[in-house]
Amino acid sequence: MADEKTMTFPVEATHIMMFRRSIGDFSVPDTGMEDAAAPPTFPQAVAQFDPDYFLRIKPGVAWFGSGKNPSGVEGQAASSGGLHAEQHFEFERPVVPGDVLTATLKEGKTWEKESKRAGKLMFSERITEYRDQNGELVCTARGVGVKTERPVDQG
Amino acid sequence: MTLKASEISVGDTFEEVLVEDLKRTQLVMYSGTSGDYNPLHTDDVYCREAAGYSGVFAHGMLTMGMTGRVVTNAFGAENVKKFGVRFTNQVWPGDDLTGKAVIEAIREEGGETLVDLAITTTNQKGDVVITGNATGRVDP
Repeated sequence: MADEKTMTFPVEATHIMMFRRSIGDFSVPDTGMEDAAAPPTFPQAVAQFDPDYFLRIKPGVAWFGSGKNPSGVEGQAASSGGLHAEQHFEFERPVVPGDVLTATLKEGKTWEKESKRAGKLMFSERITEYRDQNGELVCTARGVGVKTERPVDQG
Repeated sequence: MTLKASEISVGDTFEEVLVEDLKRTQLVMYSGTSGDYNPLHTDDVYCREAAGYSGVFAHGMLTMGMTGRVVTNAFGAENVKKFGVRFTNQVWPGDDLTGKAVIEAIREEGGETLVDLAITTTNQKGDVVITGNATGRVDP
């Protein structure tokens, strides 16, 4: 992956409404959705507008997940894609319906740590800046992902 | 009802039941809205037979999203300045989650009244699944 990539994220009231329902947020009536700010974790849904997003099925490309067999992909590693360790959002202003955000994703630091529950942990940081149609900064998101040597021990 | 600086004090605590008996369907809903279609969150067969987990588990961002309701109920979504978390334990179907916010500071900055919250989300066993912080704007 390149060190930096840019995505266009058109923010629609119905997408926010469905996102709100999926997190159990019923504070906004559907009739008021056109004016309501998005929940603070909504910027993460930019994944829908990432043309290369690896956790979405693409035509003609083998997809991991059960079908005829449990993994769906020959030789797929047991731990697919890793887990989420941290996530932070900082807002200059709320995200609202009608925004057309430009999200710029940059790879950040990487580091490693040993753990009892999952073996070697490989951390990587990603920083996404969301700017609006006027070029003004709206939100900065910092995520830390972790790839584990083995599935996390649930004991 | 969002917070008002004149009506709160450092140390005040708010709790909210975020979900009872978390359903796999909610994981599917969150996959659909967020775009994170990782089968670890929707595909029990894949989890058990290919990935080495006992079954599907919640997206960290679903738990953060649900926890965010404590923050937006305190401030209103339009007044959130910062919200950050660490994911400390996995969340599973059937879990009951409670979010808690403690007021850590009430302060003035740049002509605004800001409140800092310390956030924890805990499951039915008392295990902390999220720790974090949030800052929001409130009326004086």
